[in-house]
Amino acid sequence: MIVEATGLRKAYGSTAVLDGIDLEVAEGSVFALLGPNGAGKTTTIRILSTLSRPDGGRLRVAGFDVVREPAEVRGVISLTGQYAAVDAEQTGRENLVMVARLMHLGRPGAKARAAELLERFDLVDAADRRVKTYSGGMRRRLDLAMSLVAAPKVIFLDEPTTGLDPASRTTMWDAIRDLVRTGTTIFLTTQYLEEADRLADRIMVLDKGKVAAQGTADDLKARVGGDRLDLRFTSGAALDVAAALLGGFPDHERLVLSVPSDGTAAHLHTVLDDLRAAAAAPVQVSSHRPTLDDVFLALTAREGVPA
Amino acid sequence: MSHAITDSMTMIGRSIRLGRRNVDTLIMSIVLPLLMMALFVYVFGGAIDTGTQYINYVVPGIILLCTGYGAASTAMSVADDMNSGMIDRLRSMPIRSFAVLTGHVTASVARNALSTTIVVGAAVAMGFRPSASPLEWVAAAGLLLLYVLALSWLAAGLGSVAKSVESASALSFFMLFLPYLSSAFVPTDTMPSFLRGVSEHQPITPVIETVRGLLTGTPIGDKGWIALAWSVGLLVASFIVATALYRRRVND
Ligand SMILES: Nc1ncnc2c1ncn2[C@@H]1O[C@H](COP(=O)(O)OP(=O)(O)O)[C@@H](O)[C@H]1O
Ligand SMILES: [Mg+2]
Repeated sequence: MIVEATGLRKAYGSTAVLDGIDLEVAEGSVFALLGPNGAGKTTTIRILSTLSRPDGGRLRVAGFDVVREPAEVRGVISLTGQYAAVDAEQTGRENLVMVARLMHLGRPGAKARAAELLERFDLVDAADRRVKTYSGGMRRRLDLAMSLVAAPKVIFLDEPTTGLDPASRTTMWDAIRDLVRTGTTIFLTTQYLEEADRLADRIMVLDKGKVAAQGTADDLKARVGGDRLDLRFTSGAALDVAAALLGGFPDHERLVLSVPSDGTAAHLHTVLDDLRAAAAAPVQVSSHRPTLDDVFLALTAREGVPA
Repeated sequence: MSHAITDSMTMIGRSIRLGRRNVDTLIMSIVLPLLMMALFVYVFGGAIDTGTQYINYVVPGIILLCTGYGAASTAMSVADDMNSGMIDRLRSMPIRSFAVLTGHVTASVARNALSTTIVVGAAVAMGFRPSASPLEWVAAAGLLLLYVLALSWLAAGLGSVAKSVESASALSFFMLFLPYLSSAFVPTDTMPSFLRGVSEHQPITPVIETVRGLLTGTPIGDKGWIALAWSVGLLVASFIVATALYRRRVND
């Protein structure tokens, strides 16, 4: 496990912001911390990236103790914060060279690294323009590029696509997937279920400083209830026959019967065979998995959900 | 150690570049003192009796007014970094992030040196006639540099605790105000006694008196040593305060 936290606690004043968080991130994977505004996502990232001290808990990143060996941790991580950390009055290239110089690449090395990253993040044309002329998406890409100068093992991304338009968001997602391909571990936070669903190997839902649930996207979806089959009929009579046979929830207006399912083909076969035998075969069948939105709403609507 | 130096050099380069591009601040830091000097020399100067050509009296005060303005903008630059994502980026890197302050302070001193040079040049064009020997010029420049350095560290300290650029500017207001309560524009013996007490025991008066003496030959007396002691003391104290305030800010 390249990132491990047990019993992470942090309070500001008398308010517990993180109330005993346990998490594990496998090397080379994408971990998403999902939660509404104020859940404690930024606080978690700030603590793991050595910017803020925890009140309690055992925290390790790449084998180093976050509290006792911050310098070692800083050597293997990088942080792209919630608000772009770029100098608006410097050009994209100057921003990158500055970071590369701080990483002690030497002048020629720094220039070469900057050029490489500008290329990779599709910023070559804008490289020598001041960042204040950049779009939000370009700023975010530059911000990420600046975090990659030293080829970190773990990258912390705090809400990498918040406030971006859909096209820039897709570009950002591609950039993140490219990183995963190079073996980098990604720890990201997001308010968007879709983002977690698309990028993350494991998702942890954080709500009011507590872990509401964690697992793969599928695990989480399974927690709110399994799949369901929607069967559409041509007549109300057929719908009534089917409902008498299978139970479920009939919708007489749309002539649809919803029945719970385990998502297997075998279950679908049984249902169709039974209906055909009863002369009430449906004209249309569709299968539905719960979305992460369903999960999110279900988990964060209730108080104190056990993990 | 050598990394500490190269990190500082990188951050100094950054601050100077940002300072050069922040055109508003740069213009203000040059135009404002020139305007003030024109105002004092041509408007008030005729009514103020200093026993000499008023311009010869007022130049050191204008220079000190510049330093206050420069320090205020340094506090604002530092506050800008501390309240943006930049400080988090720097702190999450394996470097001494304190270099961000070193960068701003050095750029501040450089900007002040530039605006002071321009002010002195303009003053000469307006009739300022310094009588200083090369050694006296060097001594005056040295004292001013020391004082500016001290003030810049103080500004950096204030900037690093300010919760916004605006509050940094409010915090550093007294640096702009202090020169008026000194012998910068009128001799202190013309002030009511309580103000005289303030003005004679604040650092700006001895610094101004010493610079004035070095440049135009007015008597310095023990003001030279007092100015030096104030500047060195202020530098040490400001540096300690800046370090402490920076630490306090970044440890939450
Ligand atoms: N420096 C701070 N001082 C006081 N309260 C804070 C501080 N930082 C965060 N908080 C509080 O902690 C809670 C969690 O904040 P945060 O971690 O930023 O949430 P998220 O990133 O999930 O939106 C919020 O209620 C916020 O107001
Ligand atoms: Mg946040």
